Amino acid sequence: MSGFGVLFRRELALSWGKGGGPLLAVSFYAAMATLLPLATGPAPDRLAIVAPGSAWLALALASLLSLERLFERDYEDGALDLLTLGSTPLEAVAFVKCLAQWITTGAPLALAAPIASIALGASPSLSWLIAFTALVGGLGFSFCGGIGAALSIGSRRGGVLIAVIVLPLFAPPVIFGAGAIEAYGAGLDWKTGLLLLSAYSLAAVGLGPFAMAAACRNALS
Amino acid sequence: MISALTVTNLALARGDRPLFEGFDLIVSAGEVVALTGANGAGKTSLLRAIAGFIRPDAGEIAFTGADGVLEAEETRGRDLHLLGHLDGLKSGRTAWEELLFQVHWTGGTDASAEAACTALDLGRLRPLEVRKLSAGQRRRVALARLVASPRTLWLLDEPLTPLDAAWRARFGEIMAAHIASGGMIIAAVHDPLPIPARAVEVGA
Repeated sequence: MSGFGVLFRRELALSWGKGGGPLLAVSFYAAMATLLPLATGPAPDRLAIVAPGSAWLALALASLLSLERLFERDYEDGALDLLTLGSTPLEAVAFVKCLAQWITTGAPLALAAPIASIALGASPSLSWLIAFTALVGGLGFSFCGGIGAALSIGSRRGGVLIAVIVLPLFAPPVIFGAGAIEAYGAGLDWKTGLLLLSAYSLAAVGLGPFAMAAACRNALS
Repeated sequence: MISALTVTNLALARGDRPLFEGFDLIVSAGEVVALTGANGAGKTSLLRAIAGFIRPDAGEIAFTGADGVLEAEETRGRDLHLLGHLDGLKSGRTAWEELLFQVHWTGGTDASAEAACTALDLGRLRPLEVRKLSAGQRRRVALARLVASPRTLWLLDEPLTPLDAAWRARFGEIMAAHIASGGMIIAAVHDPLPIPARAVEVGA
């Protein structure tokens, strides 16, 4: 079995169920769908307007929550030393970790997003686009957020630091993604937003692992 | 495969505090080196510098193979074990899952992991979660990785501390077998190792 494969299986096992997985997605959207009508007022037409965008809000915040443990847990128990001393480069380690993070946390959130949006009154015709943009955007969140997680290794209040580093990076995908959904609903050109979102996520996947590996090396020295 | 490690004129610092300078060490295949020195002298830092984690302020660390000098980065990823104070075991997973991951990650196989389990008598511990193991048991799981994945240079930081007398002796036999097959061991210790070793003082 290759190092790549065993690491991928381990990362899936570590993040599925513990701080990730379908349970996180469901509870997050349940909380949002309950609190949003209380916060904005229960008028159905008003809720229907904010519903698609709030799916993005939940996705971004849930990504932040689970990112804190991504590198920190391996740093705390010494496993990051071991991961560095494998025959697989540290860049690939970071890539695998973020990919597993996306599959166990981002994907369930993306798949649950349309259900929450419809429950809040969004048009069901939007649901495929909500799920698709959330899936693509979640990939960007995982890889961009991973940079913040790697940079904050060893700091006691890692979550705060990650939020500060990562929130500006999270702004573009939210604008492109939520913008595409809004444009689609209004019958305008929505493909541009989707393409920009995809470009953002692909850039994060391509460049993020190098930044994460450098940050990990720095933390271990 | 590493046949010699050469440390030349090494200077290390942690932050602004210099640990030592002008440190020389040559270790060749079949040798055991016991690093001694006071707390904070830089034993752990030296091991981590050899493993490539800490960049030296001055000096060189070179690995030599049968055909000359080896590429350091690649050699570290393939032929070196570092066992520090932390075992790198995830508390929520079973001992066997963690051992299997560590063994595969460092180049071993299912069969070698099974063999290491027998060598370190881990049979009954395998299905237990790591959080339920004692410090000595955890250390045995971590040591099993060294046995299961064939790597030449072992860098050990206080490897014996949590082990009882019987397991210290048993680990002495394991180290002797590794040395007999052309391996090298550099161990930071306060207590003497259970096998003959060349003592090198750090920060003297």
